[in-house]
Amino acid sequence: MYVAVKGGEKAIDNAHRLLAEERRGDTDVPELSIAQIKSQMTLAVDRVMTEGSLYDRDLAALAIKQARGDLVEAIFLLRAFRTTLPRFATSEPIDTGAMQVRRRISATYKDLPGGQILGPTFDYTHRLLDFALMEDGNETAAHQDPNAKVGGDLPRVSSYLNNEGLIEQERPDGDGAPVPDLTREPLDFPAGRAVRLQNLARGDEGFLLALGYSSQRGYGNNHPFAGEIRMGEVTVEIIPEDLGFPVVIGEMTVTECEQVNQFKGSAVEPPQFTRGYGLAFGHSERKAMAMALVDRSLRAEELGEEVENPAQDEEFVLYHSDNVEASGFVQHLKLPHYVDFQGELEMVRNLRDEQQQTQYKQAGE
Amino acid sequence: MNMSQSQEQADIVEGYNFAYLDEQTKRMIRRAILKAVAVPGYQVPFGSREMPLPYGWGTGGIQVTAGVIGADDTLKVIDQGADDTTNAVSIRRFFARTTGVATTERTKDATIIQTRHRIPERALSEGQILVYQVPIPEALRWLEPRETETRKMHALEEYGVMHVKLYEDIARFGRIATSYDYPVVVNDRYLMRPSPIPKFDNPKMDNMPALQLFGAGREKRIYAIPPYTKVKSLDFEDHPFEIQKWDDCCALCGAKDSYLDEVVMDDEGGRMFVCSDTDYCEDRRTEGHIGPMGTPLAAE
Repeated sequence: MYVAVKGGEKAIDNAHRLLAEERRGDTDVPELSIAQIKSQMTLAVDRVMTEGSLYDRDLAALAIKQARGDLVEAIFLLRAFRTTLPRFATSEPIDTGAMQVRRRISATYKDLPGGQILGPTFDYTHRLLDFALMEDGNETAAHQDPNAKVGGDLPRVSSYLNNEGLIEQERPDGDGAPVPDLTREPLDFPAGRAVRLQNLARGDEGFLLALGYSSQRGYGNNHPFAGEIRMGEVTVEIIPEDLGFPVVIGEMTVTECEQVNQFKGSAVEPPQFTRGYGLAFGHSERKAMAMALVDRSLRAEELGEEVENPAQDEEFVLYHSDNVEASGFVQHLKLPHYVDFQGELEMVRNLRDEQQQTQYKQAGE
Repeated sequence: MNMSQSQEQADIVEGYNFAYLDEQTKRMIRRAILKAVAVPGYQVPFGSREMPLPYGWGTGGIQVTAGVIGADDTLKVIDQGADDTTNAVSIRRFFARTTGVATTERTKDATIIQTRHRIPERALSEGQILVYQVPIPEALRWLEPRETETRKMHALEEYGVMHVKLYEDIARFGRIATSYDYPVVVNDRYLMRPSPIPKFDNPKMDNMPALQLFGAGREKRIYAIPPYTKVKSLDFEDHPFEIQKWDDCCALCGAKDSYLDEVVMDDEGGRMFVCSDTDYCEDRRTEGHIGPMGTPLAAE
């Protein structure tokens, strides 16, 4: 005798309990602290802040802990929190030219004012597992170089090209025009570069990486130079209505990537270099570079290039870049679909019956 | 462990506004709903928020319900017709915890019914609101992936491709091979996707006394069918629209007029059919109807 399935509530409660147990793991091992995640899993924190669109290292670390290290789940947690926050003000544009630079490299010039600063990078490490890290307490004391930061007003590489007129001018969308907020308004097409960059900044690193990669391999027309990648601290300012002048509300770490792309010119534009731009919270170099590639690809139409590849297709990229949306929809397949499936069963059975009857009839004739 | 919050359904979570969303957001949603009601079947873009439940799991329906729910409402949430499916439980609990409103499993007692994939068997009445969770709101999406194109097609009422698709089904299979999310035309104007309800439920949408609201969170669209509005399932004169039929009746309540779920019982292909609408089935059993495998339910 079949009894209709009941007990969903109890099952959910049990699932939550099991999840909490799994998260904690072996209780003989000390619990992970937020401070540890914040200071030793910094790149995970950076990614969660970037794609979660919320600059808060503590909350990002909490999300990572709660999500058991699943960064997309952590991003989701942070986003769901962010959506409840009131908007106090829109900040002034951050000035990355005035960045307290900790890393700054250019692939286009051997040397340049301010120099190349390698900073903390994996780039030239040999990827050999460091077994010394297996044991606690073997680490050398952190070496603080007093000259690690280079002061503000380090000119951008693109400005050298700009002085010669070799690179396109940056064209602001229009002074004073409010910056659209795609977390408050639905996406509309054509989206415009401001919305596109916003979408890419929140977009999944893996998705942008693959798209950027595809554009380098020929699915698109991207032959970029890493004009400059810089990482460091910038100040954030707002202009309170009752004051009328900017006040600093904090400092944040960002990674910026300016790519220089070839462009043969069009009927209205002389041959010149064009730009692709990437910006991410924290030290997120892979993300910023992938973003810059995709940004440039998405400018195809504006620059009179054929739009023939996924990375150039605004609707395709913007609709599929968000990993919270994508993860939810892919995983909704886990939800019950008995009703639709029953409909399909009935349909397939009917179609098969009809086919069989036709075959019998034909055999009889 | 974070147990205390989830165990008691009645525990109202602190620190959040009534129905989770702030009043400005609910106002924005209600404006979108008003527009949707004014233009039946038209998909209104809205500033869908990121909810604490995953996209694709009912965030559109949840936002619509949050937009219309008040303290004196009684909420019912179903998934696949049943109140006890895990996601229905989860959404019902979300509203119980963020609003404190009364919840029910009885269709007739509910003022708002949020649903995924079914319309209740019991006819809805004036004053009730049926909120559908919608995964893909665009009826033309499988035929044209671009939103920029489909919006134009709706504006021009250019629905030929859908008729061609249905015709091709008939040419290949001898019938229209769509069993759920079967396209309808609302108020003789907009082609609309009814969400993945079985086509069995399509006729219930036509001239329904209740207000029908559709929310697609990830796709950021709201649409609506006002009470007593014409809803026509697409068909051809020589191939009229028809709904699913079963040779069996519900094994528990004996109903022959309800949508049935198939339940596999053993490894030998043994199976039984039961009502997908659990409230309807229970009502019938309480009234004394007994199916071939059912036992009488004591009347309350």
